[in-house]
Amino acid sequence: MVRKRSEQFSEPGSEVASKPKPVNQIKSLMPNKKRKSDNHNFTGYMFISPFLIGFFLLTLYPILYSLYLSFTDYDLMSSPNWIGLDNYRRMFTGDATFWKSMEVTTMYAGVAVPIRLVFALLVALALNKIVEAAGWYRTLLYLPSVVGGSIAVSIMWRQLFGNDGAVNSFLAMLGLPTHSWLGDPATAIWTLIVLYGWQFGSSMLIFLAGLRNIPKTYYEASSVDGAGPIKQFFIITLPLLTPVILFNTIMQVIQGFMAFTPSFVVTNGGPVNSTLLYVLYMYQRAFEYFDMGYASAMAWFMLIIIAILTGVIFKSSQYWVHYESDSK
Amino acid sequence: MNKKSKRTKKIIQHSIMIVFTALMIYPLVWMLSSSLKESSSVFVDAHSLIPKGLHFENYITGWQGFGGITFSTFFLNSAIIAVVATVGSIISSTIIAYGFARIKFAGKKVWFICMMLTMMLPFEMVMIPQYIMFNSFGWIDTYLPLILPTFFGIPFFIFLIMQFIRTIPIELDEAARIDGCNSLGIFFRIIVPLIVPAMMTSAIFSFYWRWDDFMGPLIYLSTPEKYPVSLALKLFSDPNSVTNWGAMFAMSTLSIVPIFVIFFFFQRYIVDGISTSGLKG
Repeated sequence: MVRKRSEQFSEPGSEVASKPKPVNQIKSLMPNKKRKSDNHNFTGYMFISPFLIGFFLLTLYPILYSLYLSFTDYDLMSSPNWIGLDNYRRMFTGDATFWKSMEVTTMYAGVAVPIRLVFALLVALALNKIVEAAGWYRTLLYLPSVVGGSIAVSIMWRQLFGNDGAVNSFLAMLGLPTHSWLGDPATAIWTLIVLYGWQFGSSMLIFLAGLRNIPKTYYEASSVDGAGPIKQFFIITLPLLTPVILFNTIMQVIQGFMAFTPSFVVTNGGPVNSTLLYVLYMYQRAFEYFDMGYASAMAWFMLIIIAILTGVIFKSSQYWVHYESDSK
Repeated sequence: MNKKSKRTKKIIQHSIMIVFTALMIYPLVWMLSSSLKESSSVFVDAHSLIPKGLHFENYITGWQGFGGITFSTFFLNSAIIAVVATVGSIISSTIIAYGFARIKFAGKKVWFICMMLTMMLPFEMVMIPQYIMFNSFGWIDTYLPLILPTFFGIPFFIFLIMQFIRTIPIELDEAARIDGCNSLGIFFRIIVPLIVPAMMTSAIFSFYWRWDDFMGPLIYLSTPEKYPVSLALKLFSDPNSVTNWGAMFAMSTLSIVPIFVIFFFFQRYIVDGISTSGLKG
């Protein structure tokens, strides 16, 4: 009632009256507004109740429970044993494998994510220029992304880079030396990076959609001013794509740090832990050694790292992300 | 002259694109062709894409599976998990999305932020505590841990469907309300019929993710009879025990056939979905 009345009273006032708002008038004429909005709370919570139940039981509680577990020694058989910061101490000072997995994962995400994004952007730029058969290229280039998450592709990758696989067979045919790609600690991680980069399709589609949203007039105007295609790329295309790039980078970084299946199937962490991605090591700790407390500490550490990374990317975005509404 | 140089430019452009595309598609074609090669000669001239004779028997021997369980069982298991989980996630996500997009209620902002944070939170972070929880319920080696969580909405799909609902003019809701429709009526009669494309997109992605899901089955299922294709394939392809490479490639190929079929029939939904929401594929 109060809100309704104040709306009505303010209508003859100078501010509102100077700018007629027909929608507001219709709204204020609608009956029972107050009662409806009371009802809204109940209706709203009814509609989102599945989310709320899931959020509390399947996200918030597990997250907090895992924080508790990270301070305990728990093997799933006996009850958790409070050991304070021992898990974290062991992680940071006593576990070389943990640091190895950190190093491998940072290298993997740090190289594979930029490769995928740059690739996706270049291909999207090329596809945006081509008129004929662009749909065909787009479909075919997107295919690796469509099937990329499947076990079948990881298995195929293992054979592709195997000692007698297609890559070596190609090299032999060309008279080049073959290599034990998966057996050599220096190259094994690269097979996984290539596998990640190969699935650039989704990012490519997102970039393509972003490119199509850039008004053609911008390019026309700048070519009147004498800007060439390269200059146009740097003064129009790239700045206008930055919001899309930001979103993509964040999602890909999270995905990169969380990669599991490729290292589990293609190399199983080997040789000599050179492809032991973080989640794989966490999985081994939790489900092979039943070291649940330690694995929970690992999960929390990664959560903090990802939160910091996301925060840094977001914070830095004010220096490089260009929102069109800013300039208007 | 200008026309001719334009044509040359086009030919060069397309040649580069064709070579590049062929290179990207090569691994997939290689998998298909290896599945048709004679098992003993898969790795003779391994790079070749043309099998000497079509050995469809790889598919027949592969289908026998292992330990007396055929791939019929595995495919059926995968289908059950993927379909039930997809139905669950689409129904719940649509309801939740409507609540967030159209109804004003106290605390909406807070819950919306919680939802977005959940979207960013990788499953691996809650994997261990969830496992312990489901273990205490006695749900290990059942499909419940794989299926039940989807009935509480998937943040990605909630977000996608919300974006879509926002494009529907609010005047439609208001008109229906004046005609005496309540929120439930508006949801079923106005919103749902208009957001079918977004629901389709979500359903396709949900099916993909469930079909490909490997970590969930890996930690929760222990009886081979209950394995989905993804997990069965991993065992079937164990490098220490595989002898029949042709059959392994044949089953790998078959396992992605459902993904391909859906892709070719519903490509438009997938492309639209990715382009508008930035979903990962």
